[in-house]
Amino acid sequence: MIDHKPVSRKAPGSTAVDEARLRQQAIGVKLRQMFDAVVNEPVPDEFIEILRRYDEQQSEKP
Amino acid sequence: MVGVAREDRPVDPARDKAFRRGLETLIPHLRAFARTLAGDPAAADDLAQEAMMKAWDARASFEMGTNMKAWTFMILRNQFYSEKRRSWRQCQLDQEAAERTLVAIDDPASPVALDELRLGLQMLPLEQREALILVGAGGFAYEEAAEICGCAVGTVKSRVSRARRALQAVLARGDYTRDGAAAGEAMGTILAHAERLSNQR
Repeated sequence: MIDHKPVSRKAPGSTAVDEARLRQQAIGVKLRQMFDAVVNEPVPDEFIEILRRYDEQQSEKP
Repeated sequence: MVGVAREDRPVDPARDKAFRRGLETLIPHLRAFARTLAGDPAAADDLAQEAMMKAWDARASFEMGTNMKAWTFMILRNQFYSEKRRSWRQCQLDQEAAERTLVAIDDPASPVALDELRLGLQMLPLEQREALILVGAGGFAYEEAAEICGCAVGTVKSRVSRARRALQAVLARGDYTRDGAAAGEAMGTILAHAERLSNQR
């Protein structure tokens, strides 16, 4: 849980706005987490194999 | 298939080498972007590989020094949509994939919120999902995302904000069970809710 700092002269409804913003931040963090989880996976062999084919193409050239 | 250099640029081994290195470092990112579009990991990897090969074949038309990540993402996205156009069942498949994702979640140790987010993403309209991913996770500026998606910057901004609101609504519910049957039911409710939200503007 996140504690809200008491703010003086708080306009009515601003707590809801704060909460919405915090929730959005949490979504942003999780979104990056999810994306990065795939980025950090080891690259499957099929991809490496494609690169290897390109390397062979290159070395075949005069 | 051997990539053929366009006539405006002669074959340049050093350039090809640099391009290949760039491509290699982008593979993890292409896989991640493909996963968010295709959902299913195996289909996503197929898509990422096709994009990678397309990029290689078109390497002569890439302006070295410009944003290669954005360029390859654009190729991947085009590839995805051209395949999708061929498949009229895709909408249904999207929903099936989302339901499979939900039912497949049976690891009690995995963070629930992340699962819910993944599920929520699958339920977003594709155009919103891709905009949100590019800006919110891929590290692209709105301008770059607009270029990748071939639309106006303002369009990307509004898609991202609609996606955020719809996701927030889905996550705020967070009341669906992990039981297969009940999950299907909950899915209908959530889909209807997200649909209503995204239709509000």
